[in-house]
Amino acid sequence: MQRFIVRRLLITVLTILVVSLIVFVMARVSGDPRTLLLDDYASQEDYDDLTVSLGLDKPLFTQYGIFLRRAIVLDFGDSVVDEQPVSDTILERFPATLQLGLAAFIFSMVLGIPLGILSSVKRDSLWDHVGKVMALLGQSMPPFWLGIMLMFFFAVTLGWVPPSGRFEWSSFILPAITLGWFTTAANMRLVRSAMLTTLDSEYIKLARAKGVSETAIIWKHALKNAVIPPLTFMGVTLGTLVTGSIVAEAVFAWPGIGLLAFDALRQSDYAMLQGIVIFFTLVYLGTSLAVDILYAYLDPRIRFA
Amino acid sequence: MTNIAENTVLAPQRISAIAHAARVLKGFLRRRNIMLVFSVFILLVITGTGILAPWISPYDPTMGSLKDQKLPPAWIGERTTTKIVVDFGQSPDQISISKAQRLKADVALGDQIEVVIRGAGRTEFLLGTDHLGRDMLSRIIHGARISLILAGITLGVGGFIGTSLGLAAGYFGGWVDELVMRVVDIFLALPLILVALVLVVALGASFSLIVFVLVLFIWVRFARQVRGEVLMIKTMDYVALAKISGASTPRILFIHLLPGVINTLIVVATLQVSIVILAESTLSFLGAGVPPPTPAWGSMVANGRDVLKDAWWISTMPGVAILLTVMSLNLFGDWLRDTLDPRLRQQE
Repeated sequence: MQRFIVRRLLITVLTILVVSLIVFVMARVSGDPRTLLLDDYASQEDYDDLTVSLGLDKPLFTQYGIFLRRAIVLDFGDSVVDEQPVSDTILERFPATLQLGLAAFIFSMVLGIPLGILSSVKRDSLWDHVGKVMALLGQSMPPFWLGIMLMFFFAVTLGWVPPSGRFEWSSFILPAITLGWFTTAANMRLVRSAMLTTLDSEYIKLARAKGVSETAIIWKHALKNAVIPPLTFMGVTLGTLVTGSIVAEAVFAWPGIGLLAFDALRQSDYAMLQGIVIFFTLVYLGTSLAVDILYAYLDPRIRFA
Repeated sequence: MTNIAENTVLAPQRISAIAHAARVLKGFLRRRNIMLVFSVFILLVITGTGILAPWISPYDPTMGSLKDQKLPPAWIGERTTTKIVVDFGQSPDQISISKAQRLKADVALGDQIEVVIRGAGRTEFLLGTDHLGRDMLSRIIHGARISLILAGITLGVGGFIGTSLGLAAGYFGGWVDELVMRVVDIFLALPLILVALVLVVALGASFSLIVFVLVLFIWVRFARQVRGEVLMIKTMDYVALAKISGASTPRILFIHLLPGVINTLIVVATLQVSIVILAESTLSFLGAGVPPPTPAWGSMVANGRDVLKDAWWISTMPGVAILLTVMSLNLFGDWLRDTLDPRLRQQE
């Protein structure tokens, strides 16, 4: 158990270092920050002062150290666009993204799990075919296009929900579906195949032979065991849903971090983008680390795999 | 026992012709034959149009004329609405008398007249035109070409790197394996889209940057799959015999082990093409893909987002192209996997 955790921690720290290194190197490649920060009237003295205060006179390795130390306390400097500290803006926008991620998570479970059970229990029925088509579409449909199509039908044409922005509860529906669609299809497939394997096992056959009712077999005996693999997956997707919000937020102008990243891209706001990338990486890796350790604790098979 | 035997003998006679036909059809569907034929057809069409794009595309995909902008697809008729003639046009359901007289000579104030608010589709633009008057069909055809070229280069380079490292990791084991697999773990945990955005802002969007980003994320899957295969193959007797007979390490790697993983490679590559196309179109949609005016499917969808109400086809058509391509690749890839390598099936 300890070895597993240490190993997982090590990978996580290394990944964070790689991301921070990419961000740091790219910041140096993208241009000289001094020319950005100084105006035409700056003297050589101003230039040298800025060199010292930005730490650009030190060797690259030391500069990276300074960058890391700042990143740990979420200090990414000021945005080029509004000149506010990047971390303030990110934290301010985080609740909107978190809400959307949770909404998508709930959507993917509420639709994915029952459909998975239904299509495994009623194999080759209409439900099974609906599920199969959904799974295929989930794998193949580009989320940004799905979002735009949903917007066209339900917001622009039918006018049932607002086309963009974050207002009352109905404005959550389309972005949550867009964000959660892929996960829903994946949940459904996982639950279906896990249920099929479980329903085929010896103890289910025994229960059937004993004359246990079909309802009790499905809900009490099979589901509890079948739900372990999908649950592991869902834990990991929680992180993906929060950090994967950029497309859904860009389509629906949802005022979260994803939209912030989209705007930073269009305005070439590097400070903002590096803050978002590191913040999202921390959130994503943190969630998956927590989920992994939790499951290793709960399920000995993972620990020793 | 007799009962069962009787049933088996009697069963076929009870089946009516319709039920029989239904059963045959169901069998086809279950084996996904129809879907497979469909997906192969789509893939052939996409590949064909991509390769032949410069010769078969009816117009230049980057040139349009503003007088042809936002024309609907050929099968869509004109859209009209009834407007009331007033002194000066105010609300959307009113029209000023001076404008109305240009449409129809004898109109008076207070009349209701039919006004064309969107022209009919024209056969010279089969799928309509976009917001700059460029032919949608030509742009989709050239978009297929861009996707094909990107997927080809990315898979070539990524597949080569991944396969080499996977072969080395699996065959040599020890610290080589440990190193490669830890790097693989790190790459699998990287947030692709975000890292791509950072690179684009720092270096500027370009074709080669997109290839680089996609390769960065594709090689990992090849490496992991190939390593797993090699671990299995290298314990086989023929590899040991090759070693005993004095075969050099490169010879064992490329002559004895590589052919054993070819099937896996084909399957992984097919399924990866769909991931490459989805990732590329997502980046293009966000404005971090192949820079305009090159027609990429993702950026074409983005172009139509703000004019959905007037011109839904601008976003819809390229999206359909992405959907059909990726879906066909997935279906075809699944079939390939089941056919070439039944062992991979269990990993679903």
